[in-house]
Amino acid sequence: MTNPPDPRIVLDPGDIARALTRIAHEILERNKGATDLVLLGLHTRGVPLAHRIAGRIQAVEGKVVAVGELDVTMYRDDLRKQPTRRAHKTVIPSVGIDDKVVVLVDDVLFSGRTIRAALDALADLGRPSAVRLAVLIDRGHRELPIRADHVGKNLPSARSERVSVRLAECDDLDEVSIS
Amino acid sequence: MRHLLSINDVSPEQIQQIFSTAADMHDVQRREVKKLPALRGRTVVNMFFEDSTRTRSSFEIAGKWLSADVINISGKGSSASKGESLRDTVMTVCAMGVDGLVIRHPASGAAQQVSEWVDAVVVNAGDGTHEHPTQALLDAYTLQRRLGTLEGKHVAIIGDLTHSRVFRSNVLCLTKLGAHVTVVAPPTLMPSGIGPWSTDAGFATSYDIDDVLPHADAVMMLRVQRERMSGGYFPSAREYTVGYGLTRERLGMLKPDAPICHPGPMNRGLEIAGDAADAAQSVVLEQVSSGLAVRMAVLYHLLAGEES
Repeated sequence: MTNPPDPRIVLDPGDIARALTRIAHEILERNKGATDLVLLGLHTRGVPLAHRIAGRIQAVEGKVVAVGELDVTMYRDDLRKQPTRRAHKTVIPSVGIDDKVVVLVDDVLFSGRTIRAALDALADLGRPSAVRLAVLIDRGHRELPIRADHVGKNLPSARSERVSVRLAECDDLDEVSIS
Repeated sequence: MRHLLSINDVSPEQIQQIFSTAADMHDVQRREVKKLPALRGRTVVNMFFEDSTRTRSSFEIAGKWLSADVINISGKGSSASKGESLRDTVMTVCAMGVDGLVIRHPASGAAQQVSEWVDAVVVNAGDGTHEHPTQALLDAYTLQRRLGTLEGKHVAIIGDLTHSRVFRSNVLCLTKLGAHVTVVAPPTLMPSGIGPWSTDAGFATSYDIDDVLPHADAVMMLRVQRERMSGGYFPSAREYTVGYGLTRERLGMLKPDAPICHPGPMNRGLEIAGDAADAAQSVVLEQVSSGLAVRMAVLYHLLAGEES
């Protein structure tokens, strides 16, 4: 067995914290405050990221921001190409998403297909007044006309490379690496 | 898991996976747009050669909410009533390019037989007096939601065991999930040869309902299946009720929070009194809504992924 190349660390815990703080401020600036804001984290690692951003927004504005979870498994366009995927829970905050500004939060933006699925899922759940996208890493190689509104770090990568985001909530440490 | 013909086809881990998907599907029932695109472009045929209301409509809605195209064929009114064989009917339907076949048939083993003929995924929706796996899954799912876990819980299954496929699937499913099962029936409705099976599978049998009820964490009443009875299994309906019905008096013997299940349709006043069927601890309607979620989960697990 050959060992995979050593992963190169691109964001350390401090970098991740600063990026999320900046994203939180950008969201507030763009939305002119925290009114009517709903953050929806995409499974799996978008969920803790959404909670972290919400925490920072609350610290700045003193307002609680509604946070939910969105699972897009059923909406994927590659369901038939893989063994059956396990679905996760979708949790929509009690305020709903109708006429709200929904910010989708995910860890890595790659082909854009997950976001396409998320937009379809949202359409079945209600009608937000606007949908925006915040990602920790944008690694390029889009296959659909989709772009992020708020990006933690643009990470040029080869298609064959693997970007892994690890977060304390799921993996015991904060780190983004590429290998 | 290619087909769902028997509870023996699924492991405890797969059962819990189905339950966890079912919990997500449960939320869909409360949404405004009750539709998920997971099975878009797939065709599911419900073939019911026996009467059914809840199972057939439940499978139909489950398929539709997952965006599959669903067609219903019933024994009456199809070519089967003109004398076509089961094999010809099934092969004809499958020649139209069907992905999933949900089948109910009065002959035990029919679903297994059909699965050997066709390429489509086959779900057993009840075959004679053999099995009804999705009913067992939805019963276990309902009880697990109510009781937290089935591990170590005592479940009593009471009624017409001889003619019950629900009982057979439920014993397999509940013991698989760690529950202690006691089955209760009058001697005439206790299946012959149950002794060795109960020893192997690890469940208990009893003729005395009053002895079992006070210790049960959940009770499952089974329908007296008069349509399958050719002879006299008990002298009169009244006597059955006195001996084995969940009457108002027996309701008082139950643990106050022990769920009461019935797979339906209920013979009110025969195996279950109206007071028990409508009691606060009755989960009969919850079983129906759980059934939909569980069937969505089963169709999703069998039909959404890549073809094997």
